[in-house]
Amino acid sequence: MQIIACIKQVPDTAEVRIDRETNTLIREGVPSIINPFDLNAVEEGLLLKERFGGTVTVISMGPPQVETALREALSLGVDQAVLLCDRAFAGADTLATSYTLAAGIKKIGAFDLILCGKQAIDGDTAQVGPEIAEWLDIPHLTYVRSIDEVFPAEPARASITVSRLVEGGYEQASASLPALLTVVREVNEPRLPSYRASLRARTQGITIWGVADLSADPEHIGIAGSPTRVSRIFVPEYDRQGQFFAGSPEDQAKALVAALRSAGLA
Amino acid sequence: MNYFLTAEQELIQQIARRFARERVAPMAAALDERGEFPRKLLQVLAKTDLCGVYIPEEYGGLGGGMFEFCLVVEEISRVDSGVAICYAATGLGTIPILLFGTEEQKRKYIPEVAAGRKLGAFALTEANAGSDSFAQETTAVRDGGCYVLNGTKQWITNGGEADIYTVIAMTNKAKGARGASAFIVEKGTPGFSFGKKENKMGIRASSTTELIFNNCRVPRENLLSREGMGMIVALKTLDQSRPGVGAQAVGIAQGALDQALKFAKQRVQFGQPIIQFQAIQHMLADMATQTEAARALVYGAARTIDSGAKEISKVSAMAKVFASDVAMRVTTDAVQVMGGAGFMKDYPVEKMMRDAKITQIYEGTNQIQRNVIASELIKERDEW
Ligand SMILES: Cc1cc2nc3c(=O)[nH]c(=O)nc-3n(C[C@H](O)[C@H](O)[C@H](O)COP(=O)(O)OP(=O)(O)OC[C@H]3O[C@@H](n4cnc5c(N)ncnc54)[C@H](O)[C@@H]3O)c2cc1C
Repeated sequence: MQIIACIKQVPDTAEVRIDRETNTLIREGVPSIINPFDLNAVEEGLLLKERFGGTVTVISMGPPQVETALREALSLGVDQAVLLCDRAFAGADTLATSYTLAAGIKKIGAFDLILCGKQAIDGDTAQVGPEIAEWLDIPHLTYVRSIDEVFPAEPARASITVSRLVEGGYEQASASLPALLTVVREVNEPRLPSYRASLRARTQGITIWGVADLSADPEHIGIAGSPTRVSRIFVPEYDRQGQFFAGSPEDQAKALVAALRSAGLA
Repeated sequence: MNYFLTAEQELIQQIARRFARERVAPMAAALDERGEFPRKLLQVLAKTDLCGVYIPEEYGGLGGGMFEFCLVVEEISRVDSGVAICYAATGLGTIPILLFGTEEQKRKYIPEVAAGRKLGAFALTEANAGSDSFAQETTAVRDGGCYVLNGTKQWITNGGEADIYTVIAMTNKAKGARGASAFIVEKGTPGFSFGKKENKMGIRASSTTELIFNNCRVPRENLLSREGMGMIVALKTLDQSRPGVGAQAVGIAQGALDQALKFAKQRVQFGQPIIQFQAIQHMLADMATQTEAARALVYGAARTIDSGAKEISKVSAMAKVFASDVAMRVTTDAVQVMGGAGFMKDYPVEKMMRDAKITQIYEGTNQIQRNVIASELIKERDEW
């Protein structure tokens, strides 16, 4: 299987403090890590490679220092790493980021599966994975908690069946391959770096592509490709709140009627 | 202190440290409380390649020696020596095959250990053969293409969990120590079963059980070395592995020092952090000095062994005795520095104190080690 895992370098939010004035993250002095959900994506790729053979390639878009994150991924046993790095990519929102990553993935070549974490712990949007799938025009399955069946080898019927985490339970769903999955933490327990892969990772080359290397529309990358505008950052206030009534059905009905009455609604 | 580690040795140490901090630390208290074998943690460790640090590359290892083995044992022990000993006892069960195995035996068993797919164990002790390890009662009788084993081994680390057991048994009782032989016995061999799992004071994550042999037929090709070599196999194995117990002790001592130091900086009494009191400072200074001295001795002994030196009994025993006595003292003092908090299970030092005790007992008690050191001294030629 040819597998691509998308990873993002993020500040370790366990160590991040919030600037109460601006409501933004104070990033200075905070260690950078691979987005934890992306480590699950990489691990799932490595597990599939152990089962079916093939390669795992990691790809990331970001500044040069993201190379540390890519080397960490190599030390886990990933075969190759691609960094999309160019000033022109800066200021990207999720749409421009997913467009750029999709362009990088096209350049990598044929693949069976793309794996992403369910979301990044700094932005928390959960948009980039599904957006990449849309740019590439392939199916996607989000919030995957286990891969149940994979048939990678039959070109006409290549498919994957997964369990997805949905509110209140699980859902089993299938997609034809190639496809994109976003995974949740319980899908696996990421491995630690291995000795042999770490040694290799120290000297292994990382492929770096800039805007000139990708056949990308300049209108879709960086700030130009980012329609998102942050107009205000605030702590949401709830004007509606759920309320639970306990007890027997009769008690609950009585409590509900009393609450509606006291609110002047009945 | 600079121990002149190579880049490769530093990498081994780093990976072991991450394993200990990120994976073992969150589980340590629960594994101890429940006396639960850390099967999943060992599977995580297997994927790091560290199971093969002391195994030659031709058998799937990383080609290091006892020094690299000690680095791994120390780092894991710094967090939980109960987990570390599952790893170390596999080493103890594997070393006899590395030292005395035929090419076939090595090819069959060692790569599986190097990959972390199989665990090992070493079985010498019996109910009536503790320090007096020559008093073996388990027998092995030749019968055609097999040896038939009968008897019970006691307090075997990794018992029930390991796949490959190096077992000492008497092939000729009349010859005494020269009548013992060593065998490789696989789990699942008919007639080989496990007795009760011990409920222990420390290293509770590890499994300690009896091995019961009841007309257990072991194929002849599983004889290690020759008939009559069993005691040599056992003693040479223990000479190699003993700095590993030293490394375990150094790790425990360092872990206790880490905890005591952190606590002493934070705990305020009489309006100041207790680390401001000279009584506390001197305790911590002694703990740190002793731990470093133990580490230097353990590393020195391991490197001497790896250099291929012939006479290693003395340094090996010294490393084990000194480091284990240090671990007992340092952990006891760590509890003292932390006062009542140190006595509580909310902090890891009471466990470290319980864990430290075993390092003075197994792989030859410290009394026996002092006998060994003294007998080597007596043999030595006068220099003046
Ligand atoms: C948790 C645990 C795990 C173990 N794992 C293994 C294992 O994997 N494989 C294995 O083969 N064994 C194992 N052992 C056994 C261990 O090696 C023995 O317990 C140890 O060698 C001491 O033997 P003993 O306990 O019978 O003590 P004893 O020999 O009964 O000694 C009791 C006391 O007498 C002292 N003593 C005895 N003889 C002398 C002497 N000649 N001079 C001075 N003092 C003496 C001892 O130092 C000790 O203080 C394990 C033991 C424990 C507790």
